[in-house]
Amino acid sequence: MRNTQFVRFCLFVASVLILPSVLPAQLNDQAPAAKPSKHMESHVGDLTGHSEAGAQLYYRYCWGCHGARGDGNGENAPYINPQPRNFVAAIFKCRSTPTGTLPLDSDLYNSLMRGFNFTNMPSWIALNAQDRANLVAFIKTFSARWVTEKPGDPIQIPAEPKLTVDSIKHGGELFQKLECWKCHGQEGRGDGPSASTLTDSNDQPIRPYNFTSDNRSKCGKTNQDLYRIFMTGLDGTPMPSFADVVKPGDAWDLVHYLRTLQYNNPSPELALWMSTPEGKAIVEAKKVENTNTGSGVQP
Amino acid sequence: METKQVVLAGIAMLAASAVAMAGPTPAGGTISGKVTYEGTPAKMKPIDMSKEPSCAKMYTTPQLNETVVTGPGNTLENVVVFISAGAPDDAAPSTAAVFNQKGCRYIPHVLAFQVNQELKIVNSDQTSHNIHPLPKLNREWNKSQPPGTPPISEKYDKAEIFPVKCNVHPWMHGNFAVLKNSHYAVTGDGGTFTLPNLPPGKYTVTAWHESYGDQSQEVTITGSETKPVNFVFKAKPY
Repeated sequence: MRNTQFVRFCLFVASVLILPSVLPAQLNDQAPAAKPSKHMESHVGDLTGHSEAGAQLYYRYCWGCHGARGDGNGENAPYINPQPRNFVAAIFKCRSTPTGTLPLDSDLYNSLMRGFNFTNMPSWIALNAQDRANLVAFIKTFSARWVTEKPGDPIQIPAEPKLTVDSIKHGGELFQKLECWKCHGQEGRGDGPSASTLTDSNDQPIRPYNFTSDNRSKCGKTNQDLYRIFMTGLDGTPMPSFADVVKPGDAWDLVHYLRTLQYNNPSPELALWMSTPEGKAIVEAKKVENTNTGSGVQP
Repeated sequence: METKQVVLAGIAMLAASAVAMAGPTPAGGTISGKVTYEGTPAKMKPIDMSKEPSCAKMYTTPQLNETVVTGPGNTLENVVVFISAGAPDDAAPSTAAVFNQKGCRYIPHVLAFQVNQELKIVNSDQTSHNIHPLPKLNREWNKSQPPGTPPISEKYDKAEIFPVKCNVHPWMHGNFAVLKNSHYAVTGDGGTFTLPNLPPGKYTVTAWHESYGDQSQEVTITGSETKPVNFVFKAKPY
């Protein structure tokens, strides 16, 4: 009587303790996908832009190419190459920030100011600075990335060292060693062995930059702009970032060498290079050949 | 005496149940099977590596494109088989998943690893490659990796399966499968897979192939049995 009850009690306790280990495994939590924000601000120098004010400007000036949804599928999009930027994907070429990260507001503002050479994207100097800042803020309402991520830390660009012939020659060695010529070609004409097979991240054919065309490359024409291009990579295109494999001092040497490839554009680097017999011979030979295969128009 | 025996029995039962609860998850069941195809798969084209002599010279016969790799008995290689529902997320292991560029190919062609697990990318070739994964949910980045430079270390924080390519060498294609838990396998040349250590529960097993899409099946594990699960993909002749 007492013993049976005690046994039953022990059995009951034991069974209660064993119970949790046979409960079914929990199903995965599915966190809801983040949504873009409808109210964004931009900060460019002293200016603060507001997306509400940018909306009207966008639907007047931008949506014809960039689309009502900001995804680059505007009415004009099927007829233009390269395709308009897709703000929903939020992958940008011209940045001060490392590959895979969002650009700074000032990067977007500068792109608006410059436009993109050899594309249908004009320079928007016709608008005033506040309008441009408002547009930058509005662009940020198309993608949830601006809500979930912060822009990358801008890369540090050291002061440009003195320009010397050795710097140019060393840059030339780097151009060979880093195999830039595989896409850009030995003379930088955009006719390297891999140039004809390049596709961007949307599988659209794309040509590498032709250094002999025009010095106004899409991400700017200063030496700092050129430095940033290969130290951050042009996201969404075949152009990678060399930040992990090029030291800042070497990067400046490469910038100086690349300027000597732009033989149609007068620059201190080209002038110095032309003042050496070796450089003069190389540049004069290029002027005779004059092939045009990369992106950009040969003057 | 009787009471003493009963008390000992009771203590033994309590101890047994405590042991059952206290230790790590017991071995559990296994899902295993084979992935095959029906129909005629497209013929894989040979790759022309003449633009990269340093890689071309490593091969005596041309290499084939790897979008569909098959084996005897209609088996399908490079299929990622994983638990897509029913298992909790697992913390990333501390070992890195290694992706090697060798002979201008990606080894392995499909690399499966976990969310936030370290991905280590190695260049074993004499030529530069750029490593350009193409995710849509995760961040897209593109980095140059010359020969002799250290491995690139990266990770992904969202589960996703996406392609990887090298822009310099257009024939180089691979895939990354970033998964939420540790229950996954990639089929090899026998087309087989095994997913062990599954606690009792109801699971969705998904098989993914880069050309033939994905399929799922529901499987219930009740103890430590082995449940056979097979997948058959429809091959396309193009």
